[in-house]
Amino acid sequence: MTTSTTHPKVLVIGNGMVGHHFVEQLVASEYPCDITVLSGENRLAYDRVYLSSWFTGATAADLAMTDEETYTKWGVNFKLNARVESIDRKNKTVSTKTDTFNYDVLVMATGSYPFVPPIPGNDQPHCLVYRTIEDLQAIEASAAVSKTGVVVGGGLLGLEAANALKQAGVETHVVEFAPQLMAVQLDGQGGDLLRTKIEDLGVTVHTQKATQVIEAGEQSRYRMVFADGSHLETDMILFSAGIRPSDALGRSAELAVGERGGIVINNQCQTSDPDIYAIGECALWDNRIFGLVAPGYTMARAVAANIAGKEGEFAGADMSTKLKLMGVEVGSIGDAHARTPGALSYTYHNQPDGVYKKLVVDAAQKQVIGAVLVGDTSDYDTLLQYALNGIELPEHAESLILPSSSDKPALGADALPDTATICSCHNVAKCDISAAIDGGCCSVGDVKSATKAATGCGGCAALLKNVVDSELEKRGVEVSKAICEHFNFTRQELYHMVKVEGIRSFDALLEKHGSGLGCDVCKPAVGSILASVWNDYILTQTNLPLQDTNDTYLGNMQKDGTYSIVPRVPGGEITPEGLILIGEVAKKYGLYTKITGGQRIDLFGARVEQLPDIWQELVDGGFETGHAYAKALRTVKSCVGSTWCRYGVQDSVGQAIDLENRYKGLRAPHKIKFAVSGCTRECAEAQGKDIGVIATEKGWNLYVCGNGGMKPRHADLFATDIDDETLVKYIDRVLMFYVKTADRLQRTSVWMENLEGGLDYLKSVVIDDALGICQELEDQMQAVVDAYQCEWKTTLESPESRKRFRQFVNSKESDSNIQFVDERGQIRPATEAEKIAGTSRIPVELV
Amino acid sequence: MQASVEIMPRWHDICEQSDLVANSGVCALIDEQQVAIFALNTAGGTNLYAVSNWDPVGKANVMYRGIVGSVKGEAVIASPLYKEHYSLVTGKCVENEAVSLSVYDVRLEDGRVQVAL
Repeated sequence: MTTSTTHPKVLVIGNGMVGHHFVEQLVASEYPCDITVLSGENRLAYDRVYLSSWFTGATAADLAMTDEETYTKWGVNFKLNARVESIDRKNKTVSTKTDTFNYDVLVMATGSYPFVPPIPGNDQPHCLVYRTIEDLQAIEASAAVSKTGVVVGGGLLGLEAANALKQAGVETHVVEFAPQLMAVQLDGQGGDLLRTKIEDLGVTVHTQKATQVIEAGEQSRYRMVFADGSHLETDMILFSAGIRPSDALGRSAELAVGERGGIVINNQCQTSDPDIYAIGECALWDNRIFGLVAPGYTMARAVAANIAGKEGEFAGADMSTKLKLMGVEVGSIGDAHARTPGALSYTYHNQPDGVYKKLVVDAAQKQVIGAVLVGDTSDYDTLLQYALNGIELPEHAESLILPSSSDKPALGADALPDTATICSCHNVAKCDISAAIDGGCCSVGDVKSATKAATGCGGCAALLKNVVDSELEKRGVEVSKAICEHFNFTRQELYHMVKVEGIRSFDALLEKHGSGLGCDVCKPAVGSILASVWNDYILTQTNLPLQDTNDTYLGNMQKDGTYSIVPRVPGGEITPEGLILIGEVAKKYGLYTKITGGQRIDLFGARVEQLPDIWQELVDGGFETGHAYAKALRTVKSCVGSTWCRYGVQDSVGQAIDLENRYKGLRAPHKIKFAVSGCTRECAEAQGKDIGVIATEKGWNLYVCGNGGMKPRHADLFATDIDDETLVKYIDRVLMFYVKTADRLQRTSVWMENLEGGLDYLKSVVIDDALGICQELEDQMQAVVDAYQCEWKTTLESPESRKRFRQFVNSKESDSNIQFVDERGQIRPATEAEKIAGTSRIPVELV
Repeated sequence: MQASVEIMPRWHDICEQSDLVANSGVCALIDEQQVAIFALNTAGGTNLYAVSNWDPVGKANVMYRGIVGSVKGEAVIASPLYKEHYSLVTGKCVENEAVSLSVYDVRLEDGRVQVAL
């Protein structure tokens, strides 16, 4: 069909979104050809997906997808208002009323037209459709003289049209023949919730109504009479009851056409005449019309590729969809109605919040095959990726739709295969994004312009960001994960260096692997690593300057510069003598006392120079430091257990004391808390702790990686009915693995969530010894346990160390800015105003 | 002639050099003023710095208990309360232009640490 001297003539009928996409793709392919576009409308392609934005102020220019200048620049000939009347296949020409055009290849992108049900009276004024900008102008004009309006059709398009009517300011009704809204995409319950939500927005919905006639109304312009005898009065009517393929040209040219319309195409999108292609909503593939933009784009790409001599194929399309209808989020994926034989479903229905989610899985319960989301589509991207990529379901499939976000197995960008489609509108796969980044893109914006991802419906924007971030991270890992400006390494890497190279001081590490003087980020981190690896006394002359003030002074600095004091009370068990001693010390030094959440006693208001004296009395009385100031094991909380409790099945206090004494002093990336409950009543709240132990009749259940605080996380069940020995073994391994591999200030929960493979992986490492490191982990923990020392006891033994605890190097005075007032019988820090007013007092010791 | 009253700083004797802690701070009380003194070991020897001990953000006398380090090559002290960084050379806060520390001259004389105030 080509000759060596002239380029083939490609003629495109129709310049809707799909027709335009085809032109764009063919131009981009740089295949030498003459492209001519004939548009029946009076403007080039515009975005029909966002048509309703017209009523919130979008102009034709805003909706435009291209302009005449661009087409001219591309060398594309175009004619507007050029409605094609006939195709002469023999002579390969196409005629409008006034002109005739030759073609070598013809592409029909004639789209569809709104279906108007054959109701008597449907052709009167103010009976409109919703498809083109001209339709919008007509709706606007009609709305201006109407009080009420009815949309016939409660499908996706009908609701879009209802939104347009509502925004145009008329009282809006939706009349639907089926018993529910969006019957194609949603199941009954989802449809019902959507109805409630839409009615809450002031749109009245009438289902199971078949309009029989449109006659003159009494109060309004028209009266619609329904088959059940009821009627509805309205001033205007908008038909949006589905689309029909615009196939008339194809019929008259005697191309094969489907029984119910649509120009038949093969996988190359060729019609029954191989020189004529059909794409978009006018095309019938496998007896189906695809009324979404993404499949149309796929067809357009296939044809552009074929013409350019490459391989292009349309092999059907995913019809999943996510959209916002009048602000209501709706999503539908795959087999939303669970019609696949053997399909099983999970549903979550939250009536108060108006959220409905259904997850449909296959009979084998291996894969997601469908989903319905109404009111909250935040899970859409993840579910779609599961469905499209056949990713195996997580153990508790329901967690994919349940609201507890922290338990939800996150489908990280890393988990997606390279072939995963990220943007279905523009068919951008994960590997295309990696390629774009390798080609120099360094932001979501760059990737968007390079790949067009997220520039279609935009539904994949969040996912795109995840993928881009993760890919960038992979490439820039050393830069972005660097602990601070002084070390271009992660905490794990530093840990490894310290251990493997036998480094025992910050200065040595800095000299060998860092730069500058260090800072308040890397110094404590390295201090913690050194403590974890060697468990040296943390206040040696070289380690001391690495510590945060809390570690340096072995207390928690409070807002006024005083410290709190927390003696260890293992398992929360304390003798009357112990209580009395703490009380006496508090009284003597005038300290504020409070019971902590970790079952011990916190003493506040100690000045730095008082700390050694106070601790001397506590240590003499048998107390040890509680490490409340450290990123280390804090407490092991317990209930009273079988010793006293009627329900207890094991000695939880005894277990808690043993565990606390074993792991006290263990330095870690963050604080660690334990709890032990004596029975399933779980009074110690062990499932909210890093390590939770719950007694069973046969032994202990071990939970790991929970926490309270800002973002509470329920711990995961790790092992059941294990004996004391196994319990300690597993905890040794879990904790040491955490200490070795976690990021700085990363708690166990986040650490585990970031482990590729999560809980199952952790189990395989700790229980099945998948990495062959269990013996090493246990040995390292034993070394730490054996090297334990009470830091306060060691500090007090050295006069040199005690010297640190002074406010002034040249004076015995105290900091006169530390002042208290009395409140509820105890001290509290004075406010600035109280200090100025002189109503506070500078404490005087009762020595 | 311009009339001006300038109070000339006077050197105050503080402590032995051995009372300082390498790469860390101590605090001196000089005429009711609290001064934080830091000794930083660098390749070229020990550098001494003296700044006001009052944390202008945390509103407490705690600066000497912070961690010393460097930000883009400049020696800094991080507040132990809210972690702002202050230049030990200029006293300027890295994160917040509105606050700063006073900076004092400090020197070693025959093994004694002296601060000008």
